[in-house]
Amino acid sequence: MTGFEFLVGVLYLASASLFVVGLHQMRAPSTARTGNLISAGGMVIAVVTTIVFSLVSSGGHWIAWAALIGGALLGGVFGVRQARTVKMTDVPQLVSVFNAVGGGGAAAVAFAAFVLPGDAGGIELTISIPVVLDVLIGSITFSGSLIAAGKLQGIISGKPITFPGARAVNILVAIVALCAGVMAVILRGNTLMLVVVLVAALILGVLMVLPIGGADAPVIVSLLNAFTGLAVAMAGFAINNQALIIAGALVGAAGTILTLQMAKAMNRSVVSIILGGFGTGEPVSSSGPSG
Amino acid sequence: MMQTLFGNLAIFVLALLVGVEVISKIPSTLHTPMMSGSNAIHGVVIAGAVITASLASTPAGYILTFIAATLAAANVFGGYVVTDRILKMFTKPKQSSMSTTAGAAS
Repeated sequence: MTGFEFLVGVLYLASASLFVVGLHQMRAPSTARTGNLISAGGMVIAVVTTIVFSLVSSGGHWIAWAALIGGALLGGVFGVRQARTVKMTDVPQLVSVFNAVGGGGAAAVAFAAFVLPGDAGGIELTISIPVVLDVLIGSITFSGSLIAAGKLQGIISGKPITFPGARAVNILVAIVALCAGVMAVILRGNTLMLVVVLVAALILGVLMVLPIGGADAPVIVSLLNAFTGLAVAMAGFAINNQALIIAGALVGAAGTILTLQMAKAMNRSVVSIILGGFGTGEPVSSSGPSG
Repeated sequence: MMQTLFGNLAIFVLALLVGVEVISKIPSTLHTPMMSGSNAIHGVVIAGAVITASLASTPAGYILTFIAATLAAANVFGGYVVTDRILKMFTKPKQSSMSTTAGAAS
């Protein structure tokens, strides 16, 4: 490890610490806004460090940097404009959209880690397994969060949407996704199999959220938020980047706890929400005295 | 390679535990800002897009870089700005904004 790599590690550690402190500050209303700013400071350190590190260590092609800057401007302007103009009552669906693009971004990073090394040699298991998991989870959150946002916005019916044999279709698509994922790993870098995983996971995300009632949608957004955290952590494993691993794991765990708390506050169980099809506010039948 | 993997796994597991610890028992009015705030943090995937850019040298690589950068930037910039907007309502000292606060948090 050179002195430069050590410095990068220290800066990543500093940004991770700021994420933790920021999240901690957000637990109380009086310090919450400062907490968010602390977390944003950690983000600035992480991104600037990565840019300097990438320029020094690998350089890269100017077209790739142009693509990065163009994409970041496009996404950044869209994000900030939406965030500034959204009505306060429409915030949950916007958060859901931001969560969707985060999952999609993580899937794209993993996909690149899979494709970029080229066809020669094959890909190590330590990379291919997190890549497949990332594309799987990231794609589910991408389509799932968009459907959840549609339900919150009222574009898609807030009623649970189910159809006969839905569960069988779910299981079938899940099996296809898993088999293609295993094949992608065994074949040491088969892009076609990874595309199958991507498409199957996108379908799975839609199928997972459609049966959920509109009132339960915020809980599902929170759950998908935790999913995105895990997807980002997997992207970190794929490209060996500690900032992504720490921040992703942090959000994955925090999001899961938050999901449980939200469900509890609404007197709903997370399991019954995920299994879906129970409808909005309909009690789970197991506790009812039937005779 | 195994050493790197183990190091990363250790970081992953410990960060998971920190994540569990740091969000225990928060008031329900803060559920939405907390969700939004942690949503912004996973926008760190934009650092992954930067690394992708530094490694890309094929058209497929450029396209994936562009997609990753667009999506991640929307997540990270939008995420922090909207979280700040939500939290602005919490820091206003004693206005009659309690009802809007509760409305946004539901």
